[in-house]
Amino acid sequence: MHELAITQSLLDIALEQAKAAKAKKVNKINLVIGELSGVVADCVQFYFDFLKKGSIVEKASLAFELVPTQLKCRQCLITFSPKDFLWTCPDCHSQQVELIAGREFYMDSLEVE
Amino acid sequence: MIKEGQLVKVKVLKNILDANEAIASKNKGLFNKYKIFSINLMSAPGAGKTSLILETIRKLKDKVRMAVIEGDVASQLDANKIKEEGVAVVQINTGGGCSLDANMISQALDNLPLPQIDLLLIENVGNLVCPAQFTLGEHKRVVISSLPEGDDKPVKYPIIFTDADAVVINKIDLLPYLDFNLNMVQRGVEGLNPKAKIFQISSKTGTGIEEWCSWILAEMKGKS
Repeated sequence: MHELAITQSLLDIALEQAKAAKAKKVNKINLVIGELSGVVADCVQFYFDFLKKGSIVEKASLAFELVPTQLKCRQCLITFSPKDFLWTCPDCHSQQVELIAGREFYMDSLEVE
Repeated sequence: MIKEGQLVKVKVLKNILDANEAIASKNKGLFNKYKIFSINLMSAPGAGKTSLILETIRKLKDKVRMAVIEGDVASQLDANKIKEEGVAVVQINTGGGCSLDANMISQALDNLPLPQIDLLLIENVGNLVCPAQFTLGEHKRVVISSLPEGDDKPVKYPIIFTDADAVVINKIDLLPYLDFNLNMVQRGVEGLNPKAKIFQISSKTGTGIEEWCSWILAEMKGKS
């Protein structure tokens, strides 16, 4: 339910950056989105298609680079991506894990002309 | 200047939630300016956030000047309960929004007597997912997990526990009546977040309230 506000922020950043680059048109917005970011890509796409109308991003597409969850076992120190969303070390079965990646949500770049 | 028809890739590397973070920093600036200690209380609906706030008010209102921000999708029910205790309160209705965000807190702060507050308790919208994503500018993040919800919450909703400064295992008086493995929830929290302080509390019987309030007072002192 918070994707509308997030998409508005995303659009604001894209417009500001495109303006700074003196672009006339934005073709593509490259986003990096972690599996645990809590942001649903389909929802962002839906709101984006609605919000972009009448701006220089009107023709832009969104590209999502998904970052899988990465955990580090505090016991045996291996790094792993959890299977079936289970935060348990596949080697030693410890539940003592540190989250090291998967919460990202940022704009990597814009493709403009 | 980009030439006609020239395709350019502009590196941005900007966090989309920067707008929220920026307002959260402003909120924190205000808290620090007025020496307000703020706690963001997060839990599933019905875990006992309001009851814990009410007990905390009863215990601490003679020692520190308190205020509360209540977040709910709808209604003034919680704010009315707080008002009865004679404490300043602002109710935020998110109207469908699944979490409080920094901007909502910023607006609520306009309606609170900041110079007369030492401790601000913020009750987030009942949800174990979205509140984890938004910082409000708070000093401490507390997750409340109550016994009727089951002992698997840290396993099922790890993110919110990963960030918490403290976890309250609430409604502890129900332990004899439920198949709740206290060890499992404690191990779950410690595994994700070894630094989190864990409390066992019952707002109904008063178990653990003393320890909880002492922690708040100690943290307030540590900050000032």
